[in-house]
Amino acid sequence: MSQSIIQVEHLKKSFGSQEVLHDIDFSIEKGEVISIIGSSGSGKSTLLRCINLLEIPDSGSIRFHDQDILNSGLKPTDYRTKVGMVFQNFNLFANKNVLDNCVLGQRKVLKRSKEEAIRIAKEHLEKVGMSDFLSKPSTKLSGGQKQRVAIARALSMDPEVLLFDEPTSALDPEMVGEVLDVMKGLAKSGLTMIVVTHEMQFAKDVSTRVIFMDKGVIAEQGTPDEVFNHPKNPRTKQFLSRFLESTQANQTEE
Amino acid sequence: MQIDWSYAWSALLKNWPMFWYGVKVTIAFAIVGTVFGFLIGLIIGAIRAIPMDPLDSTFVKGLKKFGRWITGFYIWVFRGTPMMIQAAFIYYLLRPVLNWNPITAGFVIISINTGAYMAEILRSGIQSVDAGQLEACKSMGMSNFQAMIYVVFPQAIKNTFPAIGNQLVVNLKDSCMMNVISVTELFFQASSIAGSNMRFVEIYFDTAIIYLILTTLTTALLNFIERKMLRDKEEEKKPIFREMSA
Ligand SMILES: Nc1ncnc2c1ncn2[C@@H]1O[C@H](COP(=O)(O)OP(=O)(O)O)[C@@H](O)[C@H]1O
Ligand SMILES: [Mg+2]
Repeated sequence: MSQSIIQVEHLKKSFGSQEVLHDIDFSIEKGEVISIIGSSGSGKSTLLRCINLLEIPDSGSIRFHDQDILNSGLKPTDYRTKVGMVFQNFNLFANKNVLDNCVLGQRKVLKRSKEEAIRIAKEHLEKVGMSDFLSKPSTKLSGGQKQRVAIARALSMDPEVLLFDEPTSALDPEMVGEVLDVMKGLAKSGLTMIVVTHEMQFAKDVSTRVIFMDKGVIAEQGTPDEVFNHPKNPRTKQFLSRFLESTQANQTEE
Repeated sequence: MQIDWSYAWSALLKNWPMFWYGVKVTIAFAIVGTVFGFLIGLIIGAIRAIPMDPLDSTFVKGLKKFGRWITGFYIWVFRGTPMMIQAAFIYYLLRPVLNWNPITAGFVIISINTGAYMAEILRSGIQSVDAGQLEACKSMGMSNFQAMIYVVFPQAIKNTFPAIGNQLVVNLKDSCMMNVISVTELFFQASSIAGSNMRFVEIYFDTAIIYLILTTLTTALLNFIERKMLRDKEEEKKPIFREMSA
């Protein structure tokens, strides 16, 4: 028996003839905050989507508390309830206001009473600083506000693990901070998280482990100190130096 | 070629009870056909729009394929033949079995016919809803069905409201084809009046005016609702004006 919440073994995924994930092994334990970094097209989103079963792996296994979920250990809908997802494009329900976005899943999936669902939704909206917007249509929010509501919506389902797929990549630069602050708070509170991100500072400061993906494999992983300060794989070094250059270039511009 | 205007007017007044009865039947057909056609279209459209889920069992996949095929057949037949033929054929075909009256038969036929058009409208509406909406539902453990009911359908219906409302206008006019099975709608009444007075031009002129008033009022009502719906939306500020050509 392992202590892992999720354990992925020999995961493979192809789109057509292109194999996007080659033999991924990976696990996450309670309380871990894992950042997944890597250049675009390296398979980060696909890995996250496989973990949430939005994509179905071609082979390998995904175990949730030692239950095999690909071979009918657990119903996919029940499993997904425990693994929340925050998307790059927010995907707030466009026909619902802020509060209802956070209530719907609780009512229909968790079968909570209306009062309880509203209470819990308000709690989480408070946490992300959106309690002044309860009845605002979700389409009328700014990007940063949308993403904070999306986080509150995911939290309202009491997930054991929360997956983030580049949660700040679609945001205007001035809104990145407000979302990262919320995520830092969650990490501090002990929530188990997997975050695909290009925010290297966040990965460095907040995560307990960093995974570097390259061309469909996990090329390197370790503590932020190991990966950022003492990378072993030349591909990691190359990726990080490219990143360093671009941030330095940005800084001198400003 | 000429119209006796004063006869047109006096005949309208004199025969108004018969016209009015026809108007009521026509409105009933338009509403019943549109409402039930909408419900049929929602179900058929959803069957056609539901994506193949890789998690489905072979059985469910087969069922979905069959569903697409059979609904495609239905749409092909009912959009590809005149409603007048559908009415005549189905009414007489099933009369020995069901022993139904023309009104009941007519309600069923106009609903099935409208359903075929609505199915395509709603299928495209469902497919126009961003795929991320469905993924968000799934990612929190909702079933496909729940996602459709609570998130996808409401957006699909709102997006296609102009086309849905248009079917009401179409049905106001096309219900006249039900005269073929002797439903006493407006055109049937008009024909009776015209025949018994032997004045065709004036009576059909009156009838055309009544249809025009019905469609104009309905169009205005739909425009009003549409503008109200758009007011909640941030993107579209300008009202969309409906074409009368439908
Ligand atoms: N639904 C899909 N169909 C076909 N190819 C896809 C699909 N999703 C991703 N890919 C391909 O898989 C590769 C990895 O994509 P992705 O996981 O999105 O990478 P990342 O998130 O690291 O940028 C890319 O080459 C991408 O084009
Ligand atoms: Mg990606």
